[in-house]
This record gives sequence, C-alpha cells and structure tokens, in this order.
Amino acid sequence: MIRLDNLTKVFATGQGGVASVSGVTLEVPAGATCVLLGPSGCGKTTTLRMINRLVAPTSGKIYIDGKDTDTVDPVALRRTIGYVIQQIGLFPNMTVAQNIGVVPTLLGWDAGRTRTRAEELLAMLALDPVEFMQRYPGELSGGQAQRVGVARALAADPPVLLMDEPFGAVDPVNREVIQDEFLRMQKSLRKTVLFVSHDIDEAVKMADFIAIFRAGKLEQFAPPDEMLARPANEFVAGFVGTDRTLKRLRRIHVAEVMIASDAQAVDGAPVVRTTDDLRRVAALFLEHGVDSLACVDEGGRAVGRVTRDGVAARLRAA
Amino acid sequence: MPLRSLGSSTVPQRSLLPYIVLGIIALAIVWGLVATGVWNDILKYRKDIWYLLKQHLVLVAVSGSAAIVTGVLMGIWLSRPWMARHAEATIQVVNMATAIPTLGKLALMMTILGIGALPAIVGLWVATLLPIIRNTYVGLKSVPGPLVDAARGMGMSPGTILRRVELPNALFVIFAGVRTAMAINVGTAPIAFLIGGGGLGELIFTGIDLQEFGMMLAGAIPTALLAVVVDFLFGQAQYWLVPRGVNPLRNS
Repeated sequence: MIRLDNLTKVFATGQGGVASVSGVTLEVPAGATCVLLGPSGCGKTTTLRMINRLVAPTSGKIYIDGKDTDTVDPVALRRTIGYVIQQIGLFPNMTVAQNIGVVPTLLGWDAGRTRTRAEELLAMLALDPVEFMQRYPGELSGGQAQRVGVARALAADPPVLLMDEPFGAVDPVNREVIQDEFLRMQKSLRKTVLFVSHDIDEAVKMADFIAIFRAGKLEQFAPPDEMLARPANEFVAGFVGTDRTLKRLRRIHVAEVMIASDAQAVDGAPVVRTTDDLRRVAALFLEHGVDSLACVDEGGRAVGRVTRDGVAARLRAA
Repeated sequence: MPLRSLGSSTVPQRSLLPYIVLGIIALAIVWGLVATGVWNDILKYRKDIWYLLKQHLVLVAVSGSAAIVTGVLMGIWLSRPWMARHAEATIQVVNMATAIPTLGKLALMMTILGIGALPAIVGLWVATLLPIIRNTYVGLKSVPGPLVDAARGMGMSPGTILRRVELPNALFVIFAGVRTAMAINVGTAPIAFLIGGGGLGELIFTGIDLQEFGMMLAGAIPTALLAVVVDFLFGQAQYWLVPRGVNPLRNS
C-alpha cells in the first residue's frame, strides 16, 4: 500500500518558488497498479521521484505499507523499491547478469544466489539466460533492454515498483508485447506499481487506478472504467478523448455482460469467448450487422449470449 | 533502439600492424647506422646509456605515476556536484597552464626549486598532470545523467556510484588522457637535463653541442624506444582494463 498525503514540491527558481506538485493525496492498495497520467510538466514524474526520495518533498508525507518514509534512510529505502526508467538506465559497463545483480549485491547476497535469481528473472521475461547473461546492454535491442530493466527492478523482490515511462522507448508493436508480458507477470507477482505514462491507451490497458495530473494538481483518481465513464471535469474529459466510450470497451469482458443460456450457436455465425473484451464484441456487431452473439467458454461450449442492449446497460451502469 | 555495434569498423581489433611497421622502420635505421659505422660510435656510450637510462626511468616513473594519481583524484574532485560552480573556472586555468611551453614550466620550477632531479620531476609532473585532470573531469561529466539517476534510484551510495558506474563509464576517456600525458612526459623528460635533472637528455644535448652524431643518437634512440614501449603498455592497459561494454576497441 502506498499513501501520499498532501504531497507538495516547490522548486526554487530565479523568480521565486514554482510548485511542481501541490497537495497530492491518494492511496494505492497493495498489489494494485496505478498509472500517473498527464501532459509533460504536470508533476507526475516528480511525484514518482518523491516516493523513492530522488526528490525531497517540500511538505506532505509518503507512507509505504503504513510506514512514514521520512523515518527510513533514503539509500536503504531505495533498495526496497524497484525502479525502472527508460532503457538508458542499464549500466553499459556491466553485463546483463551484473545489471540484474546490482541491488542483490548491494544487499549482500552471495554470488550464487544472485546469479540464480538473474537466470530465473530472465526466463520469466522470455529471455534465454544462456544467451543473455553475459551480454552487454549495447548488444541488446530496445525491447530486450527494456525487459532487462524490468528484471533488474524485480531482482530483490521489492513489494513496490516505480516505473517512469518504462516502455516509452520501445516501438509500438514491441510495446504491446511487453505490456502484455508485464500484465501477465503482475497477475502472479501482485506488486504495488506506480507507473508514469503520457499515453491514455497504455493507462487504460495497464491500470487498476489512473491518477490524472495537470499543473501539479491531481485532477482525478479513479479506476479506468470510472474515469472514462465519468470524467471529473473538462480537462479530464479532454485528456481521455471523445472516444472514451470505445476505450472503456477494452476493460470490460464478455463474462460481465453475458446472459447465461445453453442455447447452441447457429453454425457459421461468429462467437465470442467469455474472456474476450468488448472491443471484439463491438467489432463483430458492426461487421455482421447483428445485435446478439453467442458466447463460448475456454473449452468452446456455448454458455450464453451477449446482446447490444446488455452492452449498453453495462456502459450506462458504471 | 536498433542493435548497436560497439566496435567501429575503422578501429582495427588489437591490430599489431603499427608495431610491425615500426619494427621494420627501426630495423632499416639500425641497418643504415651499421652500414655507415655510426652504430659503433653509439655502442661506445653503452655504460653511459645504462646509467642515464636508469635516471631517465626514475624521472618518468616518479613524475608520471604521481601525475596519474593526483590528476585522476583532482578530476574526480572537480566533477563532484558541490564543485560544479568552480569546476569550469578551474578547468580554464588548467587549460591556460597547458598552453605554457614545457620548457617554460621547467624554467619556472628551476627558479623556485633550484636545479637537480626534484625541480625536473615537479616540472614533468605539472606538464603531465593537466591532460589527466581534463580527461578525468570531462569523462566523468559525460557519463549520461540517467545512469547516475538509475544508480541513485536503486540505492547506491555516492561512493558506490563513483566506483561502479561513473569511473567504469569514464575510464576509456581517462585512459586516453593518461596516454596523451605519458607521451608528453616521455617526450619532455630529456629536457630535464637542462635544469640538472639528468637522464638521456645529457647524451642528446651534449651530442648536439659537440656535434657528436653517435653520442646524440645514443640518447635519442633509447628515448624514442621508451616512448614506443610506454605507449604500448598504456594502450594494452586501456584495452584490458576498460570494461568491454564501454570499450570501443573491443567488440566481442
């Protein structure tokens, strides 16, 4: 659990103080992913960097699992928080194995345990340990470097992960792949993640909560579906876009709107799975000019129907 | 980011070719000297060469190693954040001091410290110091900010960041400075004779004054060989000590 309490940062400049972050209060439950979203210069990165004290807050408190972080030595604190920045953050003088082993080494793990952990993480991130352990960052592609960055942050198994536009430097196709891998991993790891992004689509895809910032102030803090359904103000509505209803479809699954029945699908008619999201349902509605689709479970058995009215009711209800 | 190759194709990998070419040229010169009989003139000075070479090596080794230690330390010191306001000004002074001809520096040292080996060593130390300070400072300053940021964010202490991130990433540039500095050192060492510092300069300058061709070469040839050997040694050190990931000379 991470709680920010009236967090404020004022930077001194020639013309007096400039508030980069003012009075931000929010709470991210343990195991949840919160995306800090907003245009550049809105204070989202500064907020993130205050959590591991790379930036000292001017006022306000930060609690991690109920503990006031002011009471912990910053260097010790940072070793318990995973930190991912854009791929340039890998140390080019160290091999992949050494990069992943940085925090374990700082914590005094022995070489064998550090090595085993690095191999385990690489395998989890779909990189062959035999091939990659001894490579240098300069010998990795962007996507590979990004995965190693995530592995490095996870090395000492920290409960909290801070990610500053972690997938920003990867091409769109690879970004989708890495996002999917990260979501799959997060499902079992259940880290408390704070994730900075300026991409609303990425936020909708990754977040359990979205915190939207403007000029240092928190404009809205809500789950993606709620934020898209009921933007708190004009700014949020403008930022999430006029197609916000379409964006909501990504986060709603067929199982949520299905009407159970054991009626078999008509042969040749399109079907959807209960695990599909509503983007596929909407696409099939439009493509085939139908108002209703048969739903099948993982095994392919018919379990119900999803109807246009059912989808509309769900979109209204939130 | 595309796959980045660390080795440039214009940098031959550990090529021995320059040393082979140098060897051939050296053999040709020796053959010429033997053919003209000058070689025997040179050999007459065998004992002097040994004696003065030892003096010469002490000059180079003492001033050079002192300069490497102090130059790197000063470069590190100037690159620390709390020095940021004074560092550029200090580097400007260092640059101006570099512009003073080496002979001038030695003369200056003589007026302060008198004649002998000490002013020679101090003068050489000053002449050698400057490129090392400059390259250490520039090398450390050009370590990308995000690297240091990532290191801090992961919980490295400032000392660990310097040791494990900043110095390894700056090492190639620092070594380039050390090689330049040592070339200056070895090249300047013969002048030490002019302020009573001894060394192979004694044979060179006396040979010139007496118009003794053999005597001059008895000093000049070992001096030249020493320069080649020293550069080779520091080149090897640069090749092997700079981590592969940040060493443009090593590709795989």
